[in-house]
Amino acid sequence: MGEDLKKDLFKDYGQKLFFPLVALFISLFAGGLLIAWLGENPYIAFRHLFQGALGSATNFGETLVYTTPLLLTGLSIALSFRCGLFNIGAEGQYIMGMMGAAWVGSIFTGLPAWLHIPLTMGAGILSGCLWGVVPGVFKAKYGAHEVILTIMMNYIALHFTGYLVNYILLAPPGYLPATRVINASAKLTRLLPPSRANTGFFVAIICLVMVYIFLWKTKWGFEIRAVGLNQEAARYAGINVTKNIVLAMALSGGLAGLAGALQVQGIQYRFNDLFAFTGYGFDGIAVSLLGNNHPAGIILSAFLFGSLNCGALQMQSVAGIPKDLIGIMQAVIVFFISADYLLRKKLEQPLGEEINVRRGSAGQEVAK
Amino acid sequence: MELAFAINIIAFVIASTFRAATPLIFASLGGVFSERSGVVNIGLEGIMLFGAFFGMLGSYFTHNPWFGVFLGVLVGGLIALIHAFLSVDLKANQVVSGVAINLLATSATAFLLQKVFHTTGQSSSVPKVKDWQIPFLKEIPFLGEAIGKLNPLVYLAVGLVFLSSYFLFKTTYGLRLRAVGENPEAAETVGISVRKIRYGSVVVSGFLGGLGGVYLSLGQMDLFREYMSAGKGFIALAATIAGKWNPKGAFLACILFGFAEAMEGQFQLLGMNIPKHFLHMLPYVLTILLILGLVGRSVAPAASGIPYEGRK
Repeated sequence: MGEDLKKDLFKDYGQKLFFPLVALFISLFAGGLLIAWLGENPYIAFRHLFQGALGSATNFGETLVYTTPLLLTGLSIALSFRCGLFNIGAEGQYIMGMMGAAWVGSIFTGLPAWLHIPLTMGAGILSGCLWGVVPGVFKAKYGAHEVILTIMMNYIALHFTGYLVNYILLAPPGYLPATRVINASAKLTRLLPPSRANTGFFVAIICLVMVYIFLWKTKWGFEIRAVGLNQEAARYAGINVTKNIVLAMALSGGLAGLAGALQVQGIQYRFNDLFAFTGYGFDGIAVSLLGNNHPAGIILSAFLFGSLNCGALQMQSVAGIPKDLIGIMQAVIVFFISADYLLRKKLEQPLGEEINVRRGSAGQEVAK
Repeated sequence: MELAFAINIIAFVIASTFRAATPLIFASLGGVFSERSGVVNIGLEGIMLFGAFFGMLGSYFTHNPWFGVFLGVLVGGLIALIHAFLSVDLKANQVVSGVAINLLATSATAFLLQKVFHTTGQSSSVPKVKDWQIPFLKEIPFLGEAIGKLNPLVYLAVGLVFLSSYFLFKTTYGLRLRAVGENPEAAETVGISVRKIRYGSVVVSGFLGGLGGVYLSLGQMDLFREYMSAGKGFIALAATIAGKWNPKGAFLACILFGFAEAMEGQFQLLGMNIPKHFLHMLPYVLTILLILGLVGRSVAPAASGIPYEGRK
């Protein structure tokens, strides 16, 4: 029996890893073709990409810097997927999290670090939460589509924080559109200097473990997943669908908000006017999809995308390859995964089943 | 004197409203076609960006802006073809496929910009589509000032609204298209090819999205700027929903968004001290309010977003 279980497990892993790996290789191949089209040597370009990401302790540290937010935005989107929602708003929630942390990190003075650090993270989480709950409530109560709502919330976050940083929270004397620098008591400890890697990475890893336990080992997590698998069946089973949708969006928003807080507390130390989206929220979609919407997969895919984004800087500066190449490769991966049958089952079977259940229940009513 | 000034401002606002609404009108008509046939097309944002880039490129290479328009529309359709293949044949998750198109558009256009112009940020200036003066519109008192001399693409957008409405609701093809979006099984039973109709509709939505993008680079401006679509594809999609998947309704929603954008400039002209950030936020807040206001009253095509698995 133990042997059977082992066999099943490995078979399962093989299946789960197959599509992401094929997607990865195809995207690398496409990237190589584009580099050749530019008239450069793909081998040299990819060597710079690799060295830039992992070639030294400092580069590895910088890769962790790029990985940390992706771990959390990927996790945020995975959590929403598991409840059958598509939270495209991680970007806006991330931005709000940065702003919340920059504010709380700078207004309190004289606090001990053990209090100020979690307080600042909490502010980021709450800000992201708020930005997730609003579309969550509209979705759960009124059935408005969360995709459009969260996209709109992204733009509102971008311009709203733009207003805050230019007017209300502008650091004196106001030469730079940025908030005041947060106090030392809210800053995270740097690792591997001179890279900017910091303890925020461990916070993200702890969150991954906590979300795994929450989703697969607790009653609340089970309810969220049940709603994601089949809303109607969940409702029949007495699960409060409205509550779970709002909860999932709140948690999803909170995770993306925490990603923003860690960015401020560990890297930037302030909120700089953005002018455009950071991309971490959108990249989180690709991270989550490539990672099979599972915490273990997300560690791998976030590290992969973190390495690509970090290595691309060296590839651009030394080998002269535009770093936008990485974005094209990510898009190829998402294209490939969108057609993946396994994922499709996961995301859309609930829809199909829901319809069947509806038809079934209608039939029963007629029979009565 | 003051009256003349006020009339001038009103005429100017009307003209600006139409100009700002035009890219949204094209893309939201694209949304109507795609969603009416049962395919969600979140990739319209990226399709617009591709349209804007290749529109500029066509005009850059041939010095003929109309060739740019043609190229932008064509590429829009080609990108939509990918979406159609993924969502109709491979039965992919349509939102994920759309997200991939948007990711691709942002990076690919920036990449191509560097390949062709060896620069980042924006392209050099190219010949743009010039405004047309329409004699009989110009004659209309008061309104003539506002709508008598606009970009031909603006007139085209308004024309397409009525054409689309006629096509969807008065022709057999329109009826078939709507049938496929409402109940693909029933449509197939009476001999309509769900696959062909969905392919066609998604590609048409790509043409229209591309046209919206072309207007950005060759109508409003005379160059391509990285990420110049700036969320307009998403707003257009919201207009599709707010307009109840109806060309004329979507048109009105776009005019409302266009008006919000036109007022942005006016507030500043009139010296009102409203931070520009709030004005930038306005269309997005309006969208959410519109969608909430319509909840319960606007019903999506029943099969929208669901891949058709064939008759069971």
